Amino acid sequence: MSQEGIIQGEFFMNGDEACAEGAISAGCRFFAGYPITPATEVAERMSRRLPEVGGTYIQMEDEIASMNAILGASWAGAKAMTSTSGPGFSLMMENLGLGVMLETPCVVVDVQRAGPSTGLPTSVGQGDIMQARWGSHGTYEIIALVPSSPQEMFDLTITAFNLSEKYRVPVLIMSDEVVGHMSEKVVLRAVPPEELVERPRPSVPPEKYLPYQTDGSLVPPMALAGEGYRFHVTGLTHDERGYPAMNAAAQDRLVRRLVDKIRLNRSDIIRYEEAWIDDAEVVVCAYGITSRVARHAVHMARSEGIRAGLLRLITVWPFPEEHVRQLARRTQAFVVPEINYGQIVFEVERCACGQARTALLPHMGGGVHHPEAILEAIREALR
Amino acid sequence: MRKRRELRISGFGGQGVVLSGEIVGKAASIYDNGFATLTQSYGPEARGGSCTAEVVISNEPVSYPYVVSPEVVIILAQEAYHKYAGNLPESTLVIIDPDLVKPGPSHKYRLLSIPVTHMAREMGRPVVANIIMLGFLAAVSDLVPGEALRKSVLSSVPEGTQDFNLKAFEAGHRYGMEHAGAA
Repeated sequence: MSQEGIIQGEFFMNGDEACAEGAISAGCRFFAGYPITPATEVAERMSRRLPEVGGTYIQMEDEIASMNAILGASWAGAKAMTSTSGPGFSLMMENLGLGVMLETPCVVVDVQRAGPSTGLPTSVGQGDIMQARWGSHGTYEIIALVPSSPQEMFDLTITAFNLSEKYRVPVLIMSDEVVGHMSEKVVLRAVPPEELVERPRPSVPPEKYLPYQTDGSLVPPMALAGEGYRFHVTGLTHDERGYPAMNAAAQDRLVRRLVDKIRLNRSDIIRYEEAWIDDAEVVVCAYGITSRVARHAVHMARSEGIRAGLLRLITVWPFPEEHVRQLARRTQAFVVPEINYGQIVFEVERCACGQARTALLPHMGGGVHHPEAILEAIREALR
Repeated sequence: MRKRRELRISGFGGQGVVLSGEIVGKAASIYDNGFATLTQSYGPEARGGSCTAEVVISNEPVSYPYVVSPEVVIILAQEAYHKYAGNLPESTLVIIDPDLVKPGPSHKYRLLSIPVTHMAREMGRPVVANIIMLGFLAAVSDLVPGEALRKSVLSSVPEGTQDFNLKAFEAGHRYGMEHAGAA
């Protein structure tokens, strides 16, 4: 990939803009989208920047078409992205499943606002976390990353493209209005080729290529449209040739692999960060903007002598089950603040499995938790 | 020891509230080597709705991004005054444009006034009112070094308008030097 047009240096910019720059540094050269607050700045910056790096920006008629367009672009060889918020994310769900089924690398950014429905367009929410996991129909696994700063909007967008190419799966960036609109110093950089992951490519001659043959690996090599390999892709259950195979055995083979390629590679995919965790009697588990409020609260708790710690999720999906199980054995309680009425708390509770108490601290959206509220929940958890 | 310093700018959409916050945040984090976080809140309207920018400056990464205990509050609309000029720490400095904001009879915080809207109009370009305010801020507060603010103004305004914006900044700075001592 040419490094021409890649912006480098320190800038004071918002998370949405940093996300767009991360995409460009990761090699994204196609964006299709439909503007929606608070994700519009991603599309806006892509529309300005992609022509400067030889890429293509298309404003589509809606989010259904946007999702389809990036799948098509990916099959033509481009690294492709779209961005949206709640209502648009809902419209993308069907074709997100198509992307999973066709094993199409692409990145979808959801800058979450408060819902349901139109909700509070200009205010924060974290209500789409379970939708990210279960929003499309059928059995599948997905990867979802949650940035907590503009710098992470840049860095994790690069990670998202890498994971998406490696595992041939749509990767979701579950940002939120505060992180998307907040401005901080962001260091933009060109990514050296050895840091960029490219999708597995066929090594056999075209006459021997079967589009979904994996040779024991879980991720099949991907031929691109127009380069001489014959392939057929369909949302129907398909065999190694990519042709519809309407039976339970083919379904079992295909769906099991689609799930296993993520599940069995959890340790490569899962990312989290911890602070003050070693002697923690109560662990606050948070993600996105809420993790920053939680860090503030845990710091306050520590200065009162309360042994509190922070587990910040960077991947919400796959969920770090094993790690939470281990933490549950050596801590007394989990506090889960999130800007919804309980989503990730169910995962934490499931993994804590009665070994540690789990308390939800919900917020309906339109703002973030007050640090004092999290501090009080920490105190309460130890009572 | 961590040092957290906070600024809130509040007015209505179209007054350059968010750009002002951006210039302060950039000055602190890019030109003064600190950490700064800018958040904004606004309604669905592009112009005329209430609009607030909050800047948190620190010598370490900012975790909670919102203003808790503001050192300076700049208020450019009466509605914003009612919302934000109460419940402040005792030492907070409140700066208003007296043509847009009438302080209440029970105002108990340190108060400075500068008629930035009028001054900008006199200069021929109403849009520089926010830059005049930043010059004033540099004169009356050490929140961000004046030099860093100047650099930040220059790199944030459109190409070809730098000289004019710098003039506006200096006008505000001069006004601050002349009037602030009395407050």
